[in-house]
Parts: sequence; C-alpha cells; structure tokens
Amino acid sequence: MNISSKIIEQHGLKPDEFVSIKKLLKREPNLLELGIFSAMWNEHCSYKSSRKHLKNLPTKGKQVIQGPGENAGVIDIGDDDAIIFKIESHNHPSYIEPYQGAATGVGGILRDVFTMGARPIALLNSIHFGEPKHFKTKSLLNGVVSGIGGYGNCIGIPTVAGETKFNKTYNENILVNAMAVGHAKKDRIFYSKAKGINKSVVYVGSKTGRDGIHGASMASAEFDENTEEKKPTVQVGDPFTEKLLMEACLELMKDNSIISIQDMGAAGLTSSSVEMASKGGLGIELNLEKVPCREENMTPYEMMLSESQERMLIILEDGKEKHAKEIFNKWDLDFNIIGKTTNTNMLTLKFNNKIEGEIPIEALASKAPIYDRKWVKKKITKKNINLKTYKKVGIKESLIKILSSANHSDKSWITNQYDQMVMCDTVQKSGADAAIIRIHGKDKAIAVSVDSSANYCKSHPLTGGKQIVCENWRNLISVGARPIAITNCLNFGNPENSEIMGEFAECLIGIKEACEFLNYPVVSGNVSFYNGTNKKNISPTPVIGGVGLISNFKKKISHLLKKENSAILLVGKTFGHLGQSVFLEEVYSINEGKPPEVNMLNEKNNGETVLEIIKNDLVNSVHDVSNGGLLVSLAEMSINSGYGIKINKPKKLTNLIEYFFGEDQGRYVLEIDNDNLEKVDKILKNNNIFYENIGFTQKEFFEIKDEMKINIIELSKINNQWYNNF
Amino acid sequence: MNSSVIVFPGSNCDRDIAVALKKMQFKNQMIWHKETKLPKSDLIVIPGGFSYGDYLRSGAIAGKSNIINEVIKAANNGCLVLGICNGFQILTETGLLKGVLLRNENLKFINKDVNVKVMNNETRFTKKYKKNQILKINIAHNEGNYFTSQNHLKELHDKNLISFKYCNDKGNIDEESNPNGSLENIAGIFNAKKNILGMMPHPERMIDSLISNSDGINLFSSLLN
Repeated sequence: MNISSKIIEQHGLKPDEFVSIKKLLKREPNLLELGIFSAMWNEHCSYKSSRKHLKNLPTKGKQVIQGPGENAGVIDIGDDDAIIFKIESHNHPSYIEPYQGAATGVGGILRDVFTMGARPIALLNSIHFGEPKHFKTKSLLNGVVSGIGGYGNCIGIPTVAGETKFNKTYNENILVNAMAVGHAKKDRIFYSKAKGINKSVVYVGSKTGRDGIHGASMASAEFDENTEEKKPTVQVGDPFTEKLLMEACLELMKDNSIISIQDMGAAGLTSSSVEMASKGGLGIELNLEKVPCREENMTPYEMMLSESQERMLIILEDGKEKHAKEIFNKWDLDFNIIGKTTNTNMLTLKFNNKIEGEIPIEALASKAPIYDRKWVKKKITKKNINLKTYKKVGIKESLIKILSSANHSDKSWITNQYDQMVMCDTVQKSGADAAIIRIHGKDKAIAVSVDSSANYCKSHPLTGGKQIVCENWRNLISVGARPIAITNCLNFGNPENSEIMGEFAECLIGIKEACEFLNYPVVSGNVSFYNGTNKKNISPTPVIGGVGLISNFKKKISHLLKKENSAILLVGKTFGHLGQSVFLEEVYSINEGKPPEVNMLNEKNNGETVLEIIKNDLVNSVHDVSNGGLLVSLAEMSINSGYGIKINKPKKLTNLIEYFFGEDQGRYVLEIDNDNLEKVDKILKNNNIFYENIGFTQKEFFEIKDEMKINIIELSKINNQWYNNF
Repeated sequence: MNSSVIVFPGSNCDRDIAVALKKMQFKNQMIWHKETKLPKSDLIVIPGGFSYGDYLRSGAIAGKSNIINEVIKAANNGCLVLGICNGFQILTETGLLKGVLLRNENLKFINKDVNVKVMNNETRFTKKYKKNQILKINIAHNEGNYFTSQNHLKELHDKNLISFKYCNDKGNIDEESNPNGSLENIAGIFNAKKNILGMMPHPERMIDSLISNSDGINLFSSLLN
C-alpha cells in the first residue's frame, strides 16, 4: 500500500517527520508501521516539544527513590515505606465524553501507580471548566464529577482532595487532571525496564477492543468544529476489571516472578512494549494472533493502536508462567503469553507467523524527534491597579460576592459524590488546605494537595510558575506536614505558537526556581499541549500535586477554629497587591495587572517557622492565605468551624480593600491560645518574621470592628448557594 | 467468636471490616466467593463494595454466587449475618431480607456522615446501644433508597424489625434528614428472626475516634457475647 500525504496527515505526522521515518527505516513504512510511529512520535508520548525544558527541573533529592521517566515517581518516607505518585491529564477525552473521559483518567493514573507495586491509597483531581453561565459548563461538570466518582468509588480508593475552577478560558477545552498516590514497601518496587532475552511477554487484564484507537494522537491536536466526531477515540472505563487487575498484580508482586511490568496507557500495546524494550536495550517480538480480542477480525493495526483500558504487559522470569496464570485465572482475567524479548533491538510484529511490521526500537524511542521550538518572553504589564478608577464597593458586599461565586463556593456538592472514607485511613478529607492519609497500621501519615493559578500564569508565567509551587508547599505546611516532592501536570495551548511555547518555557523556569529553593523536587508528571479550539488557546495552567509527611497523624492540624477567645495572628507582610486577584475577577469581572511577587526567602522562612510552631503544639488552627486574600481565608475558617472572628482594622492607614483582599504571598493565619502568645511571639521574632495580631475568635459572628458583622449561619448559606441552585 | 467475611470480586470494604473485626477480637476468616463451603462461623459478614461491578442491579449477581447458597443455609440455621451497604443489597437479592434498595432519590452517589437513630436495641446486633441513641455513621452508596411493600412495612413495625432510621442531630426523623429517599427514613432492617441485619451505613468506618468516631464499636461488641 502506498502511503499518501493524506494518510500521513491523518496520522498527525508532519511531512518532514515522514521523511525522518523513511530514513530511519531505510524504506517506506507500511500502514501498521506508520500507525506505530504516529503513536510513539505524537506529542503525548514523545514529549518532543517539552523535553528540552523538562530536563532543567530539579528531580533529585535525599528522599527521591525514582524521579521522572518511570510510570510514576517514588519517594522515601522513612522505615521501609515508599510513596508512589503521579498526576496525569485527560482533558480532550473529558470534553468529548465527560463521564468516560474523566473515569478513564482516574483508571489510567491508578494503573501507573499500582504497576510499580504500590497499593493506591488516595486519589486527587484538578478540574477546570468554562464560565458558569456557558451552556456546556454544568453538564460537563456533572459528567466529570460522576465519572471521577464512578471509577474511584467502585474500585474502592478514596478521593480525598482536589480543586474545581471556572474560567471562560476553558469554555471549549476543559481540564481534567487526576492524581493517584500509593504506598509500597521500599524493597518491593517494580520498574518497566526489561531484562534478559527469550523471556515471556505476557498480556493480562481486559480484552482488546476497537476503542480509543488513535487516542494519543487525538490528545495531541487542537479541537475544531468536528470534535464531536472524535467520540469513538474515547475509551470506556471498567473500574470493576481494574479492581481485579490491581488485586491480581499486587498478588503476583508478592514474590519474584516479575522482571518488569508496564501498563497499557496511551498508545496501548505499542507504547508499553516499546518502553520496556527501549529501557532494557532489547528487542521484543509479539505474536498478535495471541492478543485476547473483544471484537472479531481485529487487524494488527487495530490491536497495536487500541487504547482499551485495564490491560498490562508483564515480562516474567523463566518458569513463573504457570504460577502467574493461576493468579490471573483466580481473578477471572485474561492471561496470554503473546511474545518474548529478543536481542535484535527490533519491535517485531507477527500475525499467524507472518511478519507484519518491523521497526528498530530506538527509532521509536531515543530517535523520536525533539524540537527546540521558538519561544518568546512575556513582558510583564506595567499597569498598576488603581481602585479609584472603579466604582466604589464595600467590604461586606465584596466578600459576599466572592463567597457566593462558583469558584469560591463550598464544594460539598462535588465531594459528597466521592467516597472519601473507604480504606478507613482518611484522617482529613477535602475542604482543608491538604488532605491527610494515615499509612495503614502506623502513626505516620502523608498530606496531599493539588493547586493551580492560571490567572497568575497567564499574566506572568515565570512568577505564576513559582507561585503555584509555593502555594502547594504552603498548603502542606498548613496541616503540619513536611513537604517532600511534587508531581506536575502541565496544561498548555499549542506549542507551535511561540507565545504559548514562551508561556510553557517561562512557567517551567518559575517552577524550577521555586522547587530548587524549597528543596521540593519534581518526581513525575505529564505534559498536555494543544489545549484549545480553533486557535484559541487556554491560559497556561500548570497543576502541582504535592506530598508531605506527618510523623504522627495525631498531631495534624487544620483550618478549623477550635475555641472562642483565642488570638488570630497574620504571619507575613501585607502590601495589598490586587493585580490578578479574585477580588478584581469576582467583583469587577476583570483580570488585570501583574501577579503578586514571590519572595522565596520569606516564603521558606515563614513556612518553616509556622511548621516549627505547629510541631511545638502552640497553635489551634492554621490556614494559608491564598486566592481571595485575608478576608476570604478568615471566612473559610469561620464557616467550616462554626466559630466567629472579630478582626480589628489595621492600625496604619491602609486601603481596607487592599488590606483584606490583597493576595500577597507567603502568609498564614494562626489561631493561638492567649497562654501561648508569648512563646509564639518569641519563635516568630527569633526568625525575623513579620506578623500582626489582628483579632480574636468569638461566638457566631464574623466581624470587622466598626465595618461589618454577619452571622456565620448566614455566611455559610451564601457560601453554599451556588451549588444548591445547581 | 468466629467470623467469616465473604469476599466477592469488587468487594472493597472487605479489608475495613476485617480490621474492625480483628480490633474487636473476632477470630476472622476471609472467604472467597468461589468457595462452596463455609467454615464454622458465629457471624457472617457481607461487606460493602461493588460486587461483580454491580453493572446489573446492585447485588444481583452476588445473590446467585457459589458461596451465597452456603450463607443462606447458615442464616436459615440461625447463624448471625450482617450485610453492610452492598452486603445489604445482596441480602435483599437473596430474599433473606425483604424489600429493595433503589437508586438514591437525587440520582447521585452520596458519601457523608449522617445521623441514625437506634430503633430497636433488644437484638444480638444492637444490645450495647441505648434505645433511641443517635449515632453518626458514614454512608457511601448509589442505591440506598429502601423500599418495600405495605404488608412488609406493617410486619417491620409490628415485629419491631427496623434497626436504624436516618434522623437529624436532635433525633427527629424528618424528610430533611433522609439522605437517599428511603421509605420512612429506614437505614437498616432485621429479618423476622432478628439473626440477620442489613444496613446502608458503614459501622466499620466508625471504630477509631482519631479517624472518625467510635459510634460503630457497640455494634461489634453487641455481637461478641
């Protein structure tokens, strides 16, 4: 068959890429081979536009066992315990088919974690939708939330934290990022690198169908008016089979039967087999007639490119086939030896003994294209926010506007649809700065949080990248955890556009700087480009998922106020920065100015000092000050605990709007017993930290002296109305 | 006391219930659904989860599984049987308990802590509770909307077979405190002989006040002696 330029284009390959393929093969590829190149060379699998920038990120650290490049990152949390985690996007499928798109996003990330030998212990998500009034928003939100819940609830892993945001930039390209966290024994971690020749390559899990063919290529292109036609490229999730697959894999992992294991994620059988062979410096031969198929007459092309879910590829030690088969049979799963490792360094595909395709492994992996795409720096806006140019608003009405907005409403409508308690180790559920999960049977726990701030990143990517790492770090500190490492999901527009590529490059510089300064390495992650429709790109949205350690979960802390008459301290300096703030967005519907400055020195010093205060049992509750500024943080503490607060106006003459809604970084609110004030003052002063004693807790009223007073029950109603009216 | 937990493919609260039983000093065994014999047990627990994926009606396939015949035999011989969440759904599918669990009225999965009232504390399952005691217990289900015939409802009342009802924190049983649309706020019921209890709330999630609370403990301690 002749490969026409139309076929090449349909496979998402550029003409010059096709020339490279011919050079590498020293001949024309056949259609099967072209499909395989298309699957391995697309952006999603090859990281061809991002790799150059990703390699600058700090990925090493004392507690890092495995950084990027494996199915997930692995960190050491002491004793013989390791935590394995990763975040991944499922944006395009979720827009086309929200329930299945989101569900399979969860399924995919879970496989990445249990493939490495971990029992998953927590799920998180970051989901972004278009503006609330957009006609698709509510149905997409409904579908995505049901999909996330549908998968996690069924497989029985608690969904413990997340963020949900609305912004018109996502009107036609929503974001669905799912993160999974698992626990393993340090000496029982499994990798994808193949070793040894003539070893059995085993296919386990669900049967292969025609679903999801070219899914990864779909995810590597912009949407257009024909998006609806792409529905067949979305896979269908089966959490029940995944549960069986997980239990079967974990059972097989108890002994030394497995040499290497890899889940079939994007680009299915193709990427899993190539990955294993390329890491091991080997070849792999597959006999495709042995692949368990769900549909009749499937061709080698379809089998190699299907993205049917809940499948794994395993390379077994000699003589372990029978033992492994027994385990998978017990769980009623397919188990078939479909090939073997070879020393040819080739991917050899046979169907009924006839060679259907043969490609050098390195052509698909190390020789895949890498682009140094052109990028331009974003100029920081000179515009300063001058409140005098806007219509005057009161503090109370502004607070009400923010708390009743879709973005800042109470999210119980969402979180109540997720099983947060199954496995019985959830110490702190969503709604706090970070969720806390106990390590089963032990006193230690991990804290987890996901965060993003697209408005900051849009305005100034470098500052935004830095800020979001800091905010994530602050969230872990606020629950008493020592932050260890992050995973990131980098959601951007079209990298072929130099401005978008600039957003990517600069966000990464920001992330790198913050991670280096905070000693907070990146151990895994995922890049999602081409988020946009018809040349309209989304705002740059890097999402950071962080994991920290709490040595004794009984010492956890939350943002819930504990009693009346304790002092409220604001740690960190308030300048009243309103650029790109929630206040401007929700009250005036504008996004203007530059993001708040991030001072890494203060950030680190403030955070470590707050952690010291927590460790010394001197604090009743802690909340970080982030989107919405001081007043929104205080209101959240009040609403969620039921205790009131009375705040004094700042002594110095300051604009109250700037003071209460400014989004200056590195700040925390602390609730302190009066008896402990002296000790806390000493610690803060010893560390040269600026703080203010701004008020105290009280019964039932949320109050700023001589300015506003509102009953908490009323405030809570305001905070719940958006979802109640859903 | 010997207990057996039945494990179906798709059960996912099996570990949680095993942890609870162990903590309460039961001698527990996990029994795989393909088994055709039950070990000698004083208590059989059918845990929560999504048995066989629950792609058909919840519990429908589990109600026809190998091991379930043994559970029915044991139950008819007076063995104590506790079905939690999916376990309750399975018990209604087998006919050991009457009635059905429909989809939640709001058509959504619901996970939250709810208040339930102890309606009958004179049973092997509830004797350590006080009558009308209010418990806070976690629910997590898609299909917890209990419904039954008028005749059976009358029997439930006449024989005092309702174990728990959803209520508010003052103990009032009203529409607002009904999370899923259950008939008369019913959260759990006994069979006529009161050796079988099916309930939607998860007592095994409430055995550790550092994680949640300890309102579930007395259900297990009631069973112990």
